[in-house]
Amino acid sequence: MSAKTIFEKIWDSHVVKSIPDGPDVLYIDKHLIHEVTTPQAFEGLKNRGLPVFRKEHILATTDHNIPTKDQHLPIKEALSRKQVEALRENCKEHDIELFDLGHKNQGIIHVIGPQLGVTQPGRTIVCGDSHTSTHGALGAIAFGIGTSEVEQVFATQCVLQPRPKSMRVEVNGVLSKGVTSKDIILHIISKISTSGGTGYFVEYCGTAVEGLSMEARMTICNMSIEMGARGGIIAPDQITFDYLEGREFSPKGAEWDSEVARWKALCTDAGATYDKTHIFKAEDIEPYITYGTNPSMGISITGNVPTLDSIEDESERNAMEKALDYMALEGGQELLGKEVDYVFIGSCTNSRIEDLRAAAAIIKGKQKADNITAWIVPGSKDVERLAQEEGLDKIFADAGFELREPGCSACLGMNEDKVPRGKYCVSTSNRNFEGRQGPGSRTFLASPLTAAATAITGKITDVRTLMN
Amino acid sequence: MEKLNKVNSKFVVLPNENLDTDQIIPSRFLKATTREAFGDNLFRDWRYDLEGKMIEDFVLNNDNSDAEILVAGKNFGCGSSREHAAWAIFDYGFRVVISSFYADIFKSNALNNGLLPVQVSEDFLAQIFAAQEANADEIINVDLETQTVSIASTGAQENFEINGYKKDCLLNGFDDIDYLINIKEEIIAFENAR
Repeated sequence: MSAKTIFEKIWDSHVVKSIPDGPDVLYIDKHLIHEVTTPQAFEGLKNRGLPVFRKEHILATTDHNIPTKDQHLPIKEALSRKQVEALRENCKEHDIELFDLGHKNQGIIHVIGPQLGVTQPGRTIVCGDSHTSTHGALGAIAFGIGTSEVEQVFATQCVLQPRPKSMRVEVNGVLSKGVTSKDIILHIISKISTSGGTGYFVEYCGTAVEGLSMEARMTICNMSIEMGARGGIIAPDQITFDYLEGREFSPKGAEWDSEVARWKALCTDAGATYDKTHIFKAEDIEPYITYGTNPSMGISITGNVPTLDSIEDESERNAMEKALDYMALEGGQELLGKEVDYVFIGSCTNSRIEDLRAAAAIIKGKQKADNITAWIVPGSKDVERLAQEEGLDKIFADAGFELREPGCSACLGMNEDKVPRGKYCVSTSNRNFEGRQGPGSRTFLASPLTAAATAITGKITDVRTLMN
Repeated sequence: MEKLNKVNSKFVVLPNENLDTDQIIPSRFLKATTREAFGDNLFRDWRYDLEGKMIEDFVLNNDNSDAEILVAGKNFGCGSSREHAAWAIFDYGFRVVISSFYADIFKSNALNNGLLPVQVSEDFLAQIFAAQEANADEIINVDLETQTVSIASTGAQENFEINGYKKDCLLNGFDDIDYLINIKEEIIAFENAR
């Protein structure tokens, strides 16, 4: 048998059939759903008179379009309320368990999947959300799909997918102080570009990746889509197994032992080949920050925004000019010391307990700057509970940060949590597109450490200057 | 899904590269529970200012052409998986998008909604941009059956790729879900064999 990548092993074992001159029929183990990308899929089922085929494989929650304050009260905004109610009604009608507002398991879908042990190595996982790639950190094939495909999975537990090409991204070495997995992925995206991964599925490996915690790995896989890749995967290891053991939906007892034995075989064989390989050195990576309007427009925090005349390609130069104009920045300027208005620590990229702990370690005993509005939005009820148990809530409150209730929040500004027009936000989320955090908002993407440091000083700050 | 074969039409040009789904349809317009009327908010924040006033020099605000073809710079539709982006473009009246590169999820969403993403070379894309500068009433002919796209006045033509399965779906108006429902017994057999 020929040598296979971990991706090929999992994909091949889920192909029901291959359509000649067409896509594969891929069987899906877990279907994650939320309120925004499902109503039209349920409507489609209804119009066709179809039932949900395998309801036991669905994990449902509310996250995108919910308030992060007073979640015990009815949702004020009528359209948002209607959309959440539609999910409730659809779940009730099809007998799907919903982790709704107030439920102990509620949270951002990509935070609760791993946290509950629903995300497991070797599984195929889809969700109507492009950041489904997050779950690849545990050795699963996970990718975002559109609503028509959500309907397909409801009806048949399968999607039609062309087999992607393979890319290996290797990061070796030891990370420097103050450098996190968010900095690794922002660095990688800036080198590969916002479309360099399109058509590929990425495997992340190398000693620096192997040395990361489970949650840090999720941040890397989460942003695979920002270089165009449908997904990213990291081979499971002892860190993965230790993370999963004892979680609510993890296997138990003898089943746990046999599953771990099976998961240990989920690795890339020696001699397996990739369509493309990129290799990075951890030592080259500094705290990273974006300056532009797509996630590949990033620099080391000590660097300068590129100058327009340094870009040869005319259309790229035009894009840069437009981005700098939107951000009200000059080519060649430093970002360090730039005053900002908002700091947002949250989103499926960086709202897990480790992110909150990292931020708290910087914030403890200090005060946020007067010019900063600082929001910390935990990724799930469980993260919120842990933050309270560990006293992080008090650290945040004492420093003038607002710890809100779980949801996607200001990452995409679907709810009330918006950055006002023209205001700058250092954000731990995943996209800095025009208007992403609210119409006219200006986003700098960075790590929770950089965000916390910026909140304290009121201007873009190299966190290393605040660390002992 | 509507059938699609030949589209001969004027076209709207957005030369921007990396046009993301948040520009195509901003997230605050994703609150609907049906598929209708997303075209009203297509490129919303480029068409209207925050007070809801039309931004006069944006191309869609000067378009009386009933164009069925949207031509855009490379890496069109990057970002989110929101199918609302494809619904908005289709609902506005477009049936074809032409670009030199597409984000994966946008491409499959378009194909699942009878919106044909035609991928052309950088050179051909530049020819299309130039053709419209020379003549605002220029016509593009797209023929799915022969997989060709051509500029009417210059006769310049290029072939485009599409897999045979998806081509059949578009030509006949078949959805993927029809295919999957028809092989349900094979899916159950697959489950039982695991």
